[in-house]
Amino acid sequence: MQAIPITLAIDVLNLSKKYGDVVAVDNISFKVKQGSVFAFLGPNGAGKSTTIKMLTTLLVPTNGTVTLNGFDVAKKSNEVRKNFGIVFQDPSLDDDLTAYENMELHGVLYKVDNMKERIEQLLTFVELWDRKNSPVKTFSGGMKRRLEIARGLMHHPKILFLDEPTLGLDPQTRNHIWNYISKMNREDGTTIFFTTHYMEEAEKVADEIVIIDQGKIIAQGTSTELKAKTKTNSLEDAFIDLTGHDIRPEEAPKNARMRAWHGRR
Amino acid sequence: MNTITILWLRQLKKYFRSRSRLIGSIGQPLLFLIALGFGFGPTFQAAGEGNYMNFLAPGIIAMSILFTAMFSGIEIIWDRQFGFLKETLVAPVSRYEIMIGRTLGGATIALCQGTIVFFIAMLVGFTPNLVMLPFAFVFALLISLFFTAFGTAIASALDDMQGFQLIMNFLIMPIFFLSGALFPLKDLPEVIYYITLIDPLTYGVDGLRGTLGAVTQFGLLTDFTVLGIATVITLAVGSYLFSRIQV
Ligand SMILES: Nc1ncnc2c1ncn2[C@@H]1O[C@H](COP(=O)(O)OP(=O)(O)OP(=O)(O)O)[C@@H](O)[C@H]1O
Ligand SMILES: [Mg+2]
Repeated sequence: MQAIPITLAIDVLNLSKKYGDVVAVDNISFKVKQGSVFAFLGPNGAGKSTTIKMLTTLLVPTNGTVTLNGFDVAKKSNEVRKNFGIVFQDPSLDDDLTAYENMELHGVLYKVDNMKERIEQLLTFVELWDRKNSPVKTFSGGMKRRLEIARGLMHHPKILFLDEPTLGLDPQTRNHIWNYISKMNREDGTTIFFTTHYMEEAEKVADEIVIIDQGKIIAQGTSTELKAKTKTNSLEDAFIDLTGHDIRPEEAPKNARMRAWHGRR
Repeated sequence: MNTITILWLRQLKKYFRSRSRLIGSIGQPLLFLIALGFGFGPTFQAAGEGNYMNFLAPGIIAMSILFTAMFSGIEIIWDRQFGFLKETLVAPVSRYEIMIGRTLGGATIALCQGTIVFFIAMLVGFTPNLVMLPFAFVFALLISLFFTAFGTAIASALDDMQGFQLIMNFLIMPIFFLSGALFPLKDLPEVIYYITLIDPLTYGVDGLRGTLGAVTQFGLLTDFTVLGIATVITLAVGSYLFSRIQV
């Protein structure tokens, strides 16, 4: 029996990932408290998605350990998978199935209670209920994105990973979705771990921010602390101050660029 | 509904919605049956080997099962490329269940495909012995399972689309041509004969032929045992490789 109460949602220790010569994630450590909203920020290619893949059992780290709600990701991957939900940066829908079928498949995999009502509720929320029987391949980029989010919110995970969830969405929809996510955090105590390139989103909702650049953590704290440290007035200015003004070189390998392209469709 | 059922259903829906796949899967066997069946039939008969259509049809049924099953297995490459694979890999279900659902889905499609070709063959002159039909079904099922699992195993180990052409040219085609689907094995030069013996489809074709009324080369029991053992091993290896996929 576990006597010590588990208080950390995520505990990352000395985590690294190398792709050949490229060090995508370079010995990072951080902790995320249960029930908090945690922003993981960084320029393109910083290693955010790679880190998320290692936290969610999709990628085996070159080095280091990850613990989710007390379960070691390397050793207890099945237990770990019961603890989180995720919205990926890249598309992960089945284009040949309809919106409803994609939701249903998720509902069955995650054993969602009252599945039919839940699907209707979420598809209505992202304004896709009247398109529920259309194949996903007939959707616009924003519609697909909304469906991905609706699907990710369907079950009630203890930890929710959101990798650039609002990518390509209009401001109204972004607002709408962040309100829902904040509500999940307040009412169900869901821990939120997210990445974004919209600094104002992070500034508004995050309790704790980590900034990663070229695989290394370069700053950590609340939005207020980061602004104070850099003597700036907005998180965006603080971010630019910390990570520099240069645009990141396009060093991504071919298949990573391919995927980015699919993301933009 | 459970994980296995929903993933099985997904494969079926995708198959029956893809019109091009359906048309191709009927057109290609039909072409083979007509061109080869009528082309080689007279020569085969003259050589005293009997009715070529009855010899050829089980081979073409096996061929269509081979193609459909392998394609279903290697569909993992597409699911990885277009991202859907991730959705199943992070789900709180065991990866073995996912593998089983996918494999049963692929095998079911292949079996439907084999059944369709069976009827097409009858339309162009195939006269099967129907007494052993249930046993023919067992062989068709084994071929379906074996090649879906085989495709899954290979696709799990590959990480890009380039691999696909290689599989097509250096695996599926040789497996088909060296299985005795089109010609009798017994008169082959020794070296080629031994190569056909390591082709799992050889036993599937022979089993189908034996149960549908033509002569078998190795005997049904041997066919069943070899194919059965190969299927179990491939399912195990495929499951293992699938459980280790990274994205
Ligand atoms: N499969 C892969 N093979 C090789 N290198 C990779 C692979 N995936 C990512 N990388 C490299 O790892 C580094 C980090 O990539 P990652 O996708 O984690 O960045 P990111 O912070 O999510 O960026 P973005 O904001 O653009 O999404 C990049 O240099 C990228 O080129
Ligand atoms: Mg990313």
